Amino acid sequence: MSAKKERPISKTAGWRELPSGGMIPAGGTAEAFKTGDWRTIRPVHHREHCIDCMQCWAYCPDMAILLEDGVRVIGMDFDHCKGCGICANVCPTKPKSIDMVSEIEAQRKDAEGEGEE
Amino acid sequence: MSVVKQDPRNSTALTGNEAVAQAMRQIEPDVVAAYPITPQTEIVQIFSTYVSDGLVNTEYVPVESEHSAMSATVGSAASGARSMTATSANGLALMWEILYIASGTRLPIVMPVVNRALSGPINIHCDHSDAMGARDSGWIQLFSENAQEAYDNMFQAVRIAEHPDVRLPAMVCLDGFIISHGMENVFTLEDNAIREFIGDYMIERSLLDVEQPMTLGPLDLQDFYFEHKRAEAEAMVRSKKVIQSIAEEYEKLSGRSYGLFEEYKLDDAEIAIVVLGSTAGTARYTIDQLRAQGIKVGMLKLRVFRPFPFEELKQALAHVNVIGVMDRADSFSSIGGPLFSELRAVMYDSETRPLITNYIYGLGGRDINPRLIEQMVRELADVQEAGRLNQYVNYLGVRE
Repeated sequence: MSAKKERPISKTAGWRELPSGGMIPAGGTAEAFKTGDWRTIRPVHHREHCIDCMQCWAYCPDMAILLEDGVRVIGMDFDHCKGCGICANVCPTKPKSIDMVSEIEAQRKDAEGEGEE
Repeated sequence: MSVVKQDPRNSTALTGNEAVAQAMRQIEPDVVAAYPITPQTEIVQIFSTYVSDGLVNTEYVPVESEHSAMSATVGSAASGARSMTATSANGLALMWEILYIASGTRLPIVMPVVNRALSGPINIHCDHSDAMGARDSGWIQLFSENAQEAYDNMFQAVRIAEHPDVRLPAMVCLDGFIISHGMENVFTLEDNAIREFIGDYMIERSLLDVEQPMTLGPLDLQDFYFEHKRAEAEAMVRSKKVIQSIAEEYEKLSGRSYGLFEEYKLDDAEIAIVVLGSTAGTARYTIDQLRAQGIKVGMLKLRVFRPFPFEELKQALAHVNVIGVMDRADSFSSIGGPLFSELRAVMYDSETRPLITNYIYGLGGRDINPRLIEQMVRELADVQEAGRLNQYVNYLGVRE
């Protein structure tokens, strides 16, 4: 998904233009950075088992659980999900509504899917 | 420091530590976080009585180590509070990693450093090995010859550190015991005058400003760290002018004039000695004695070690034949102390290329007296006559 916030500091800024001392002069800027690319395992959401209890949403350290209308879980923000697995761990449904799968496998499948189209 | 006019009614007998504590009372920082260490202990001890007596409205944080003292000071400075601490020797060494965080985050902290030898073997007396070890930490370093200069440097350090062109932390160095515990007449200024001189602490952005959220101290990797360090280096370059203009302003207030360094009988000197700190007083006396015997010797007392005023030093020393650089710290590089190696590098570009040799002296509080300085000057006179150096590094006052 695309970043909502813009980077507060340009990556090409010279040393004279940068705020002093490494300061980032804005809040909530993590949204502007894709930090999900070191994930080795990926959560897969099974909508059919989900009861929208919001446990995963509350526990996610990266606010990467996506909601619809603020009440319905519709998936994950893979730009920011680090694959920590907490969401799958806290999911109370049986069977689980979130599985952790290999990121490489998932990416390979995604690529094959695109190829078929 | 050269003095224009002084009103004896404004003088008080104070030790260096008392004078610095008095200056801190007048600065009245918002936060002081400190841990005691000889010979600095008295500064924060006296200051803590000012806090408990209600003479200052300062949040005093008695921390469990110097590492914590500097960390707490960094945090409070970032939050928008004028913040100070004080230390010596091993205490400064324990602050090490946070010194760089203070300067790299560009926090204008002011810290008196009562110079003392670094252990081991364990020693509590004066030398400059503590401050010299921190010479590359991005802090401004002002050295004081006596309690008066330590007192005066404190107020100027606040203004220098907080100046928008600088925003770097500053150390006010004073020699352990010799200055810190020696009592002398100190001309103090009125509280109101100091208040007006230092003004309010104005930081660009404060961590406690919820209207304008920001992050300080984020991860700064290959893509930005270099630019931030380049800007820090530039701030140090710019600080030289700021130091000079604030000294001029302070002279109007106090009648005492400060510069990057002080020259004593240097104009017509053939031999120059370069010193830092309290040794300048002994050197001045010895120079007078030797001048009476016809030896053309003068002194350059460096006040500002960081930034290192290389252009001005090169000019001031260009006309002499021999320079003896006195280092109260060894760098163990095998090529002399820090002041020597930096000054020697500066003079490489001098067209006149004076001969420069190093005298390491006074380690661990070993007394430096007129007899030793005279011995050094006579050796420098021999060097002048021979037209060449025997050795780069001499140890003055060590038992052979």
